[in-house]
Amino acid sequence: MKDALLEVRGLRTVFETRAGRVCAVDGVDVEVRRGECLGIVGESGSGKSVTFSSVMGLVKSPGHIESGTVVFDGRDLRGLTPREMRAVRGRDIAMTMQDALTALNPALTVGEQIAEVLEAHDETLPARGAARRTAIRNTSVEMLGLVGIPSAETRLKQYPHEFSGGMRQRIMIAIALACRPKLLIADEPTTALDVTIQAQVLELISDIRARLGMSVALITHDLGVVAEHCDRVMVMYAGQVVEEGPTAEVIGAPKHPYTQGLLASIPRPGLRGQPIHPIEGQVPDLIGLPPQCRFYSRCAHRRDACLTPVEMRQAGPQRRARCILIGEDEA
Amino acid sequence: MTMTADTPVASESIFRRNLSNFAANRLAMACALIVVLFAVMAVFAPWIAPHDPNETDLFRRLQPPAWIAGGEWSFLLGCDALGRDILSRIIYGARISIFIGLAVIFVATTVGILAGLAAGYLRGWVDILISRLVDILLGFPYLIFAIGLMAMMGPGLWNIILALAYKEWVIPARVVRGETLVTRELEYVEAARALGASRWHIMLREILPNVLSPVIVVATIRMAHVIILEASLSFLGLGVQPPTASWGSMVSDGRAFILEAWWVSTFPGLAILLLVLAINVTSQGLRDAFDPRFSE
Repeated sequence: MKDALLEVRGLRTVFETRAGRVCAVDGVDVEVRRGECLGIVGESGSGKSVTFSSVMGLVKSPGHIESGTVVFDGRDLRGLTPREMRAVRGRDIAMTMQDALTALNPALTVGEQIAEVLEAHDETLPARGAARRTAIRNTSVEMLGLVGIPSAETRLKQYPHEFSGGMRQRIMIAIALACRPKLLIADEPTTALDVTIQAQVLELISDIRARLGMSVALITHDLGVVAEHCDRVMVMYAGQVVEEGPTAEVIGAPKHPYTQGLLASIPRPGLRGQPIHPIEGQVPDLIGLPPQCRFYSRCAHRRDACLTPVEMRQAGPQRRARCILIGEDEA
Repeated sequence: MTMTADTPVASESIFRRNLSNFAANRLAMACALIVVLFAVMAVFAPWIAPHDPNETDLFRRLQPPAWIAGGEWSFLLGCDALGRDILSRIIYGARISIFIGLAVIFVATTVGILAGLAAGYLRGWVDILISRLVDILLGFPYLIFAIGLMAMMGPGLWNIILALAYKEWVIPARVVRGETLVTRELEYVEAARALGASRWHIMLREILPNVLSPVIVVATIRMAHVIILEASLSFLGLGVQPPTASWGSMVSDGRAFILEAWWVSTFPGLAILLLVLAINVTSQGLRDAFDPRFSE
């Protein structure tokens, strides 16, 4: 078994709002192994983005990490000083933002934006002068080539508004990869793109992952994307992980009623003409949640035992799910 | 994948596109030309001015402009009470007005940008401190404030610049703070943080280029104000000291003879009017070009 590159244990991130305390991430464990692609699936507000903002130490005020450990490559990230943490961001862990259209600075050329990351992190560059500039330029051209942008030389001098949406997503990936990070966090890399471009960008990420041997945490709400590109998947609901395991197993035989519901609500060609079954009800309000199964109000299998806190249970050699049905009678 | 045919090969920044918008506005361009002419006049004053601005000639005391009986063509706009050539003094006075205008705006904009970025990006006590200071300074009437400072520091070129810059920086500071508050929430700032950028890097490299356009517009509008304020201080005798020519003090000098020798006050007054008007129209053109929300 491959060893863990990123290991998060018992992460709890809370936001102090006027309406009360919102526990956006509640006791989440994440493990990203070397070279693997982990998919993180969940609805908006399920805590998937906040989990990874917490890993990066970028939770915005009024939010803060209340407890938990974040160990990356043997180092405890929560114990680092802000300066040390800055060195990790971009060099060891890089993140791409949801919306490629707004995630590039409109006032700087693409070349300048790639150069910035290299300037900040790349210690192999020559100290200064023309040699440094040439080295930065060569790396930038190489990165644009890597993400499949033609005539990189001229493209470096252009501004983001001169590129299409898919191209900008590629550029953002190029910037994120410029320092060869060990882990790429791709936060919904395809939401702002149309379907054909989505496939290209995901292909690109998979391809580069294989070539550079890095790990990828792919945050998405699309189980189809996960099925195609991820080794393992982690399903989140209302700030908790509800199920995790190898992608094929989770999608083939979901254990948690929420995962089952998610899969049932995807339209499929084989089910043409049949109604889609959405999950009834709403995601619970994260303020003042009772200590019970968070899926209780929407679950078809709910029973009185669900009104006590439900822990993650082992559901197979590499699988865990947060449901009392597991180990009982195999629902 | 190939580049589509309509992809521009020559790159164009938003800034440059704005400038070409500006160039299309004829009135603004004409006024910009006037401003440039004044600037050229100021820089090359020793070569352009027909006479030494401080050379007195009591035989030419209050000599009228050339086209009025008693005038001479070599003293086109006439002479003042000490027989000094008014045209030459206006040309040299442009140096004072433009230099003070530029210096004050430069100091104020630099300080204002840094203060605004710090307040808008760092928030917290830095913001409270800077914003309250801005509020306090805005509460003082500008001219009274400057007069008070000049009274404390004494007259002189550098003191005027300081006295005006002390208060002037709040204007760009407020503009930059407001723009920074918007910009700091944008995804590319978040992306820069996720790539390990430091606070200073984010403020100066990521945010500043995006808030520069309104700052440039405000700086030009305020330059016109500063020129008027300098003229006001000089008019009150708190500005540049005699015999150095300043438009404000020239208007003041002519006050005593306004009925018999109107030209002594009128021509420097017109110079102020023309320059300030030209700068204002230019800045409005810049605003229209840089901020599409204002253009009709």
